[in-house]
Amino acid sequence: MRIKRNIAVSESGFLFDPTGGESYSINEQALEIFNLLKEKKTNDEIKNYMTDIYDVASEDFEKYYFDFLGMLKQYRLLEDDEQNQG
Amino acid sequence: MMSRTRVNIAVTGLNNTDNPGPGVPVIRALRDSKEFDIRIIGLAYENLEPGIYMHDIVDKTYRIPYPSEGSDVLIKRVLEINSKDKIDILIPNFDAELMAFMKARDILLNAGIHTFLPELKQFEERHKTNLPEFGKKYKVNVPASNPVSTLSELKEIAEEYDYPVVIKGKFYDAYIANNYEQAALYFHKISAKWGLPVVIQEFIRGTEVNVVALGDGNGNTIGAVPMRKLYITDKGKAWSGITLDDSNMLDLTHHIISSTRWRGGMELELIKTDDQKFYLIEINPRIPAWVYLAVGAGQNLPEALVKMALGIEVKPFSEYKKGVIFVRYSYDLITDIKEFEKLSMTEEL
Repeated sequence: MRIKRNIAVSESGFLFDPTGGESYSINEQALEIFNLLKEKKTNDEIKNYMTDIYDVASEDFEKYYFDFLGMLKQYRLLEDDEQNQG
Repeated sequence: MMSRTRVNIAVTGLNNTDNPGPGVPVIRALRDSKEFDIRIIGLAYENLEPGIYMHDIVDKTYRIPYPSEGSDVLIKRVLEINSKDKIDILIPNFDAELMAFMKARDILLNAGIHTFLPELKQFEERHKTNLPEFGKKYKVNVPASNPVSTLSELKEIAEEYDYPVVIKGKFYDAYIANNYEQAALYFHKISAKWGLPVVIQEFIRGTEVNVVALGDGNGNTIGAVPMRKLYITDKGKAWSGITLDDSNMLDLTHHIISSTRWRGGMELELIKTDDQKFYLIEINPRIPAWVYLAVGAGQNLPEALVKMALGIEVKPFSEYKKGVIFVRYSYDLITDIKEFEKLSMTEEL
């Protein structure tokens, strides 16, 4: 699963889904993760990056990270990898 | 410098109230035109339609009789106005008057008044009471619905539905009824206002989304902009909305316009379900009141309609800006009793 191509996010963490017209605000750490997801980093790459710069245990991060992904999925901000092609 | 073509355009629907007619936003769109020098002749049914008193919007207003007084009476009045104040194009904006103007298309054209309205067949088959047949014919998902004309018919038919159901007027109004008692209450309320039949419709759970579109009558979509309402009034009208980037909505719009060969403006009312299916709940056979959002997003559909009414070739719009928002507002317009008096006594202002 990848972030939908048409999702726009601003530097302040304002996220806009133009398909459904919904907007969301995300915090600084979520914004970092979001941008890493947009860059198509793998889960492990994201985990390593975040645990390097923040004082968080790997297993704690994973828990929050997958919660966050679940939320993105629930709000339909993710799409299948093949939909992301072309 | 290129000079702009002067056109006199008559527009109805100047009731810019909390249940707004599309007249004022249509005029705002026309006034944005760089190709036409527009003079607006407002046609009003009531003395207190706000557009009448907006002198930067409407140049001259005439009172016209309601279509319920007879189509011939209405058309006669429009021709009378035309004989002293030339009308080049007429843009009607009320569902209830469209039939009269569509039927009088040739009479109006003979008097030099151009329109760009759907064909009678297109108008009839998309009617709320015919929606199930429309869905079947054009392979579009629609909720189950039935027209009902009596309370006993409502009781009988309502048993086939699970509550909640939607009770709708043939022109306007829709209420969600959670049981038979509520359905009967809304049946009376709507039939008293809009006449019979009243429509009982399956309630589809999801998000309401809309499209404003313009068809050229040959199956081509000249423009289409999808929108989701962000703020809805207690009358169910959009007080704020945002343009969407949804190719499925556009595909559906193109499909409907090409298969019906729709001519003129239209609004599609759709429900998008959680499993991403679209149900068509209504086609309004005219430009909707939120059309200025489409103009703001880059598609001046009323201007394109005027061009087509005049027989000018129009290239379809290919783009619009996504994430554009409109926020409606109310405004206290101050006018003098003399203006009201003039309109009341002479039927023009």
